[in-house]
Amino acid sequence: MNTNEPAVTIAFYVFSALTLGGAAGVVFGRNMFHAALFLVASFFGLAGIYVLLQADFLAVVQVLIYAGAISILVVFAIMLTRQVERGNEWNQLRGPGLLLGVLLLLGLLFVLTGTQWYTGMGPYPADTVSTLARQIFGPWVLPFEVASVLLLAALVGAIIIAREE
Amino acid sequence: MDLTPILPEISLVGLAILVIILDLFIRRKETLLFVSVAGLIVPALLTTTLIGRTGSYLFDTVILDPYATFFKFVFLVAAALVLLASADYVDRFRLYDGEYYALILLSAAGMMLMASTRELISIYIALELATIPLAVLAGLQKDARAGEAALKYLLLAGLSSAFLLYGMAILFGLTGTTDLVGIGRGLPEAAGINRGALAMALVLLVAGLGFKISAVPFQFWAPDVYEGAPTPVTAYLSVASKMAGFALVLRFFTTAFATAAIDWPLIFAVLSVLSMTLGNIVAFVQTNIKRLLAYSSIAAAGYIMIGLASGTDLGASGLIFFLLSYAFTNLGAFIAVIAISEQIGSDDIADYAGLARRAPLLAFALTFCLVSLLGIPPTAGFAAKFYLFAGAVQQGLLWLAVIGVINSAISAYYYIKVVRAMYLLEPKTPAPVKISAPVALALFASAAGVLLVFIFAWPIIGLTEAASRSLFVR
Repeated sequence: MNTNEPAVTIAFYVFSALTLGGAAGVVFGRNMFHAALFLVASFFGLAGIYVLLQADFLAVVQVLIYAGAISILVVFAIMLTRQVERGNEWNQLRGPGLLLGVLLLLGLLFVLTGTQWYTGMGPYPADTVSTLARQIFGPWVLPFEVASVLLLAALVGAIIIAREE
Repeated sequence: MDLTPILPEISLVGLAILVIILDLFIRRKETLLFVSVAGLIVPALLTTTLIGRTGSYLFDTVILDPYATFFKFVFLVAAALVLLASADYVDRFRLYDGEYYALILLSAAGMMLMASTRELISIYIALELATIPLAVLAGLQKDARAGEAALKYLLLAGLSSAFLLYGMAILFGLTGTTDLVGIGRGLPEAAGINRGALAMALVLLVAGLGFKISAVPFQFWAPDVYEGAPTPVTAYLSVASKMAGFALVLRFFTTAFATAAIDWPLIFAVLSVLSMTLGNIVAFVQTNIKRLLAYSSIAAAGYIMIGLASGTDLGASGLIFFLLSYAFTNLGAFIAVIAISEQIGSDDIADYAGLARRAPLLAFALTFCLVSLLGIPPTAGFAAKFYLFAGAVQQGLLWLAVIGVINSAISAYYYIKVVRAMYLLEPKTPAPVKISAPVALALFASAAGVLLVFIFAWPIIGLTEAASRSLFVR
């Protein structure tokens, strides 16, 4: 894929708008269910960005797991929650929170645009799936396996928190 | 592939799973506690086999050095003491006692990994493994307070992880590696032309890790979570989790920013002053012993950061020694509080009136630990503060040491308030306060630790110096 093609540039801006717009909808939407749907849109936008980065497998996983499974889980959680009609609540800290968020955004924008990032990572691998597999079960085997222990801990924790006495 | 460096962690996870499975079959619940505590001997023995070994394993994701080995032992001891101290408390959540023990063990495995990795992704996963079980444990009592504690801890842990990941991403973007040593090598060159990015990364990392060590201004969660969580979990949070945070902070900053042209120790000097002062002043007005100990532990984080403020191996050695002393002292104080509140059913300092007559040994043990927190001989706390402050003076940080000493003097007021209630006030009822055998054992071990760390301060300083030197070897 030639990243200088106008089509790629246009696609990048479309997917970025989808990701950011969706995220804004999650935060500002008053209705919890709408917020969940905005989250799905944001996940799809991110999957598009992954495609543009030539991470095809990651994009598929993003759609399957985030836009698919996790979104359904979120929707279920909302349906099963009492008092959900109270919606997305505000509190008196929204002012300071907004200020801090804007400051962080400005700082990060300044840093992102004004920095010479490291770019010596080499060419894209032709076959991402097998490269990913070799990386996960090679150099990254420790964090990969510890992540499964983390999931076990989270699973056990979720069960005992959710279980009625 | 040589797995021996992480065999302690693997066996600990195995023990946790064994406890969950045994929970299904075993009727006598005391057996589970015994298995959890006795089972810790296996990872401890496996750690013993690692003494003296150094090197980097599993594609450089696991580090073996005296520093890592030291902390592995300390976390195992802390987990054992907290498990013993939970013996009576688990009655309040009978249905989940197996899971309770297992989550404590899993969290300990995460903490041990935090001390023995220097690779960003492994650091993050280990940190989450240490944190997520704690959020669950904080909410186990399932009342309104516990719900608030668990939710607050989980949300703020998530927020701080986001900051941490952002900071890590910038470091990776500057150097193209996730290995802290590689980052340390690449940063001076990359950061020479990108000072803004380096400063941003530093701020985000301090914010992300500041949560774990409950340093001001990232301490807001601590008092509410400490109060709402089951007291043994509070002890675990305030001791083991905080130590793991410091173990990671120390390795992270001394390795990644070893030669970068940025004054990171100054940030910790400022945070140290803020934490000491705010923790001590707010502790003044507390009437609940758990909240008082929460603010006291925020102040302790301030003292500990004095060890970071010099950015040298002498400061680091003081920090490690202080952590060890703080671990025994704070565990002892919390275990005494567990034993007392189990009997009198209250965490209010007012209800501690006349405790010296109802439970002389318990009152004495709590007094001993409070004296150690204050830093008066013959306790570990004295040796730790002396070593840490003397080290700071030697490094030219006289002003910081002076602020530390002034703060210690201020803290005398609220520690002595508790002692006064126990010894000088009349008890409301003369009924004696009893203590169960496992809790008594844990309390005795902690108090003995406080005394022994004082008596054997010199040999232990030899150990902490070896541990801190191994951090600075390139």
